[in-house]
Amino acid sequence: MTTFVKSFVPSNRSEWSSRATFVAVAILFLFVFPAWLSDSRLDLMASYVTYAIVALGIAIAWGNGGMLVLGQGLFFGLGAYCVGMYLALVEVGGAPNLPQFMTLLGSQETLPALWEPFNNVWFALSAAVIVPVTLATILGTLIFRSRIRGPYFAILTQALAGAFAILLIGNITLINGTNGITTSFSEIFGLSLFEPADQRVLYTIVVIVLGIAFLLSRQMLKSRYGRLLLAVRDAEDRVRFLGYSATKIKVIAFATAAGLAGVGGALFVLVGPKIISPASVGIIPSITMVVWVAVGGRASLAGAIAGAILVNTAEFEISSAAPEYWLYFQGALFIGVVAFAPKGLAGAATWLKEKVTSRGSSSTTSTSKTAEEAA
Amino acid sequence: MQTLGGFVSTREKGSRFWLAAILVMCLSAFVAVGCGSDDESSSSGSSTSSSADSGDTIKVGILHSLSGTMAISEKSVVDAEQLAIKEINAAGGVLGKQIEPVVEDGASDWPTFAEKAQKLISEDKVAAVFGCWTSASRKAVLPVFERNKALLYYPVQYEGMEASPYIFYTGATTNQQIIPALEYLKEEKKVKKLFLVGSDYVFPRTANKEIKLWAKANGMEITGEEYAPLGSTEFSTIVNKVKASDSDAVFNTLNGDSNVAFFKQLDGAGLPSSKLPIVSVSIAEDEVRAIGADKVEGQIVAWNYYQTTPGAANEKFVKAYKAEYGDDRVTDDPIEAAYVAVYLWAEAVEKAGTTDVEKVKEASKGLEFDAPEGKVVVDDENQHITKTARIGVINKEGLIDTVWESDGPIEPDPFLESYPWAKGMTPVDG
Repeated sequence: MTTFVKSFVPSNRSEWSSRATFVAVAILFLFVFPAWLSDSRLDLMASYVTYAIVALGIAIAWGNGGMLVLGQGLFFGLGAYCVGMYLALVEVGGAPNLPQFMTLLGSQETLPALWEPFNNVWFALSAAVIVPVTLATILGTLIFRSRIRGPYFAILTQALAGAFAILLIGNITLINGTNGITTSFSEIFGLSLFEPADQRVLYTIVVIVLGIAFLLSRQMLKSRYGRLLLAVRDAEDRVRFLGYSATKIKVIAFATAAGLAGVGGALFVLVGPKIISPASVGIIPSITMVVWVAVGGRASLAGAIAGAILVNTAEFEISSAAPEYWLYFQGALFIGVVAFAPKGLAGAATWLKEKVTSRGSSSTTSTSKTAEEAA
Repeated sequence: MQTLGGFVSTREKGSRFWLAAILVMCLSAFVAVGCGSDDESSSSGSSTSSSADSGDTIKVGILHSLSGTMAISEKSVVDAEQLAIKEINAAGGVLGKQIEPVVEDGASDWPTFAEKAQKLISEDKVAAVFGCWTSASRKAVLPVFERNKALLYYPVQYEGMEASPYIFYTGATTNQQIIPALEYLKEEKKVKKLFLVGSDYVFPRTANKEIKLWAKANGMEITGEEYAPLGSTEFSTIVNKVKASDSDAVFNTLNGDSNVAFFKQLDGAGLPSSKLPIVSVSIAEDEVRAIGADKVEGQIVAWNYYQTTPGAANEKFVKAYKAEYGDDRVTDDPIEAAYVAVYLWAEAVEKAGTTDVEKVKEASKGLEFDAPEGKVVVDDENQHITKTARIGVINKEGLIDTVWESDGPIEPDPFLESYPWAKGMTPVDG
């Protein structure tokens, strides 16, 4: 028994502080926000939390794997459309009925085959993860095997997101083009997307999914695999010479990022504005996603979460306060981060912490810095 | 497989805390889902009583795109709404209080529109919102307004097939714009063969569906139906098809810059507008100002209002708009409809004696207003307004001269229920 209890006692100070921070943030999100925020603000926060899940993936692939993923909108969109199609079918009462936009356009007589399976909630939810992961695995294998990296990789992913948006816009009869998929009434597992009480439950679920995603990502980066990923980021050829498959290591990180983007997208259509359209999946939203992580600190999982939530909150507040000029503020914020805090909020936090601790103890080593970066 | 092995075995000491944390998170997820399914007795959207008129001012929302691709069109509409508010305030406001506009940027992004609409309603507690341009943004905010029982005034012509109890539509529905344009082509231009060209989105698709049904009933042949991607400027294939079809006229629902490219390429193919008339429904004075009058001179357009529309109300409006925003600015149909929207709301509030949404809706029934476009009446049932259809030709100053107009205002009929040929248009609920 004592050994069991002992195993919960952390070995060092930094471990103590990261556990305490995790518990504090969990309490903040699970109890303080629901008590403090209004229904509509909580619903908005829920959509930022789904963004944070996407940001986690970017922190893994970009911050720790060195792959600048500029096309996460593609995977986010795939996840969101999978669940969105289910919701659109629920709205009209199930499969044989056509979604509202098809009735309006009058272009389809019967439900297209692509839509059929999305009548099933389990199919829709699992497709929202499996489709992005499979696609990323195939793409990743092809890309990394050809040793495409750096800016070429970034441009390739960005082009994919752009092409996906164009594909959606071009298929108005099948997927409603620019308007995308919206519902004015729908539910999942008996939870109405529009009732405040049910929205609060959905918020809790979204937060818990983020918590699980964070913990699993953390374990992943702390594991041997995480160290290999860092090694590939910093010296890919050396890792190859040591006999590891750099392609495999990179594909796993890329597919994980895609899976997290899919999960984020799938949850995104359940909360907040409940809309998925090409405007949320193309090149600009994909870059925006990377910006959240850059602001938060690209190598840090906690930083990515903070970045996604803070950037979006700031954007909402500033655009309300100065609707005509908010873009200038946003631009200034990003320039400020790049110029003065290249490691983002997480870097600034580490710097502060070191300043405080260095007063007491002497110098901190660079190895502990990298360990903290990954946490 | 060394990588997979690494996944499972974590070397960290004390990693049990984190494993336990994952377990706790998973368990609470199940609990949350469980709670949710029991929790049917929820307090559903009951916060309807607006405190909008509790202070010295009455707040209203203005929700358009001030940034992004739609900003170029929507900024002028915001100006029109601000002008109307300023005029009403100068004349003493409504219910003796000044109107205070709260401006939000929809940023040409549909989710943002929905988020900002919710914020205007639940945080600013506005009495009404004037907003949206694209159908996509209107569809995005519609559930927000219906759920919160709040009012939206929508100022742009659209594809019809909608009548939300919480939206007032001050732009034309199809039977006030598209059907009169078709009648004009049939009666005045003796058109027998019509070609349809549009941008690929919901408005052209729905409009063309209606046009095909109308054509069937009126003995007009549809020689082709082509869609170009939004923003497309490459029309050689479509122009060739138009040429090969030997049509008498083209019905054009293209958007923005696509129009210029299309007109130019038709002209280059030996089909100038003098030979092959094109009726456009998405080019108004403000777009002509952006495109350049020389590029679209002589084109036929269909709207309900032009800057040149005669009448004292319009003279006053155009004068005020130019005085406020500059002589180079023009008024057009959506700008006028947005201006009218603010006045219609203000009149309804005066009549109701309160900003209470249900009472304002009730007071709006049959409400009349001397708009720049002529007298308009709010429909009791569908909350659209009566409108006179006007066909115009773009002149070299970039203004539009009316060449034909309907016999008086046309009753709005968004679901085309009074047209026997429109049986094939299945109305969509909600």
